[in-house]
Amino acid sequence: MLKVHRDICGYCGCCVSVCPEGALELIDAYLSVEKTCTSCGVCAKVCPLGALEVTNE
Amino acid sequence: MNNKYDVLVIGGGPAGAIAAKTAVEKGLSALIVEKRPAIGAPVRCAEGIGKEALQEFIDPDPRWISAEMTGAGIVAPDGFFMKLESAMAGGKVGYVLDRKFFDRELVWKAAEAGADVAVKSRACAPILEDGVVKGAKIDYCGKVSSVKAQVVIAADGVESKFSKWCGIDTTVPVREIMSSVQYVMADIDIDPGATIFYLGNDVAPEGYLWVFPKGKRTANVGIGISGRKSGEGHRAKDYLDKFVKKTFPNGKTIEYIPGGVSVCRPLECTVADGLVIAGDAARVVDPLTGGGIYNAMYTGKLAAETAADCIGKGDVSKKALMSYDREWRASKMGKSIERNYHIKEYLIRQSDEKLNEIIHSVSKLNLAEFSTMNLIKEIIKANPKLVLELGALAASLR
Repeated sequence: MLKVHRDICGYCGCCVSVCPEGALELIDAYLSVEKTCTSCGVCAKVCPLGALEVTNE
Repeated sequence: MNNKYDVLVIGGGPAGAIAAKTAVEKGLSALIVEKRPAIGAPVRCAEGIGKEALQEFIDPDPRWISAEMTGAGIVAPDGFFMKLESAMAGGKVGYVLDRKFFDRELVWKAAEAGADVAVKSRACAPILEDGVVKGAKIDYCGKVSSVKAQVVIAADGVESKFSKWCGIDTTVPVREIMSSVQYVMADIDIDPGATIFYLGNDVAPEGYLWVFPKGKRTANVGIGISGRKSGEGHRAKDYLDKFVKKTFPNGKTIEYIPGGVSVCRPLECTVADGLVIAGDAARVVDPLTGGGIYNAMYTGKLAAETAADCIGKGDVSKKALMSYDREWRASKMGKSIERNYHIKEYLIRQSDEKLNEIIHSVSKLNLAEFSTMNLIKEIIKANPKLVLELGALAASLR
């Protein structure tokens, strides 16, 4: 699953633009992850800060 | 906020503000919904814009201009510095804006012209009737209401979702998102009148690093790297921190700005039934420079003009709204995006050695007129081999 490190996230929306599932949304200063997320990791790769992580949980 | 408007504009950035202002000036009712609690903040921008580009929309005002630029510089991968001066001594070539105040000014002007504005109000779903966009559900502090409109203008930026909800694929390819970070730095030694661009695979792979002055000793110091070059331990922030530590070790960071900039081709189609897409949401950022303010204002204005025209004729179908799509593609902006896309694609494939060679060759020339295009033309002139490599593109530039 996708883990958002909220202490690192700068809520810029870079990840939202590359999500192929449309599973991410930036709600002001909160990045929301919807159930359609497939944990593909594209967002984690492009995050300029390293705030996203795909975990095995 | 009413429950019905001629035009509903999603997003209160430059595209949305100009769109709403244009719509009301055309005699329509318009509402801007902005999901953030404030217009203009947080900034997601390096804030540079060309002088003439800005003046096409608004007269420069010191209240939202941080600094005036008279030149630019490029630092090659080998450290060689090439300065580009405006032909006219002291001539302004561009500005570094203060987007917090600039965006507010644009929305203010839209409001004064008669547009309604709602902040902390997020379009959370489209209202679709038989596949036709008829408005949006607006979430304000957890309370959702319906706002109907004849035309919706989606100007919701790089993190745009609205068009996607309407069935349009807006996904930016990983290699074409510039993963970016910028610090507003204070107390640093800079040339206050020149924007500086650093190139090289060690500095900013498939992107560039910038220093855009915002005053005598303050600047936007930022970087964008290709999404495909980003990963754990080598992210945009890692590259920027390395640069700052070396170049401005005593500088103070007074603002921390992450972001994403699309450098892909624009959306295949920027309209649908009852919907027009403008600005970053339409992916009309200049793919070479990453600049998007002018293109946002240009498409925002055209979107509203087209909406007004179509509403007047009683036809807001995709077919009718297509005139917007055709017009911006045929415009100077549209052609420039297409051309600069090819140049970007060429440049990102070059080795540092090749980039050094190109920059050294251009530095020996006297650039008569200062512009990105002129620079590109001169690069090609100085490197005849590029004509072959760039093919038809080079021919179109001569």
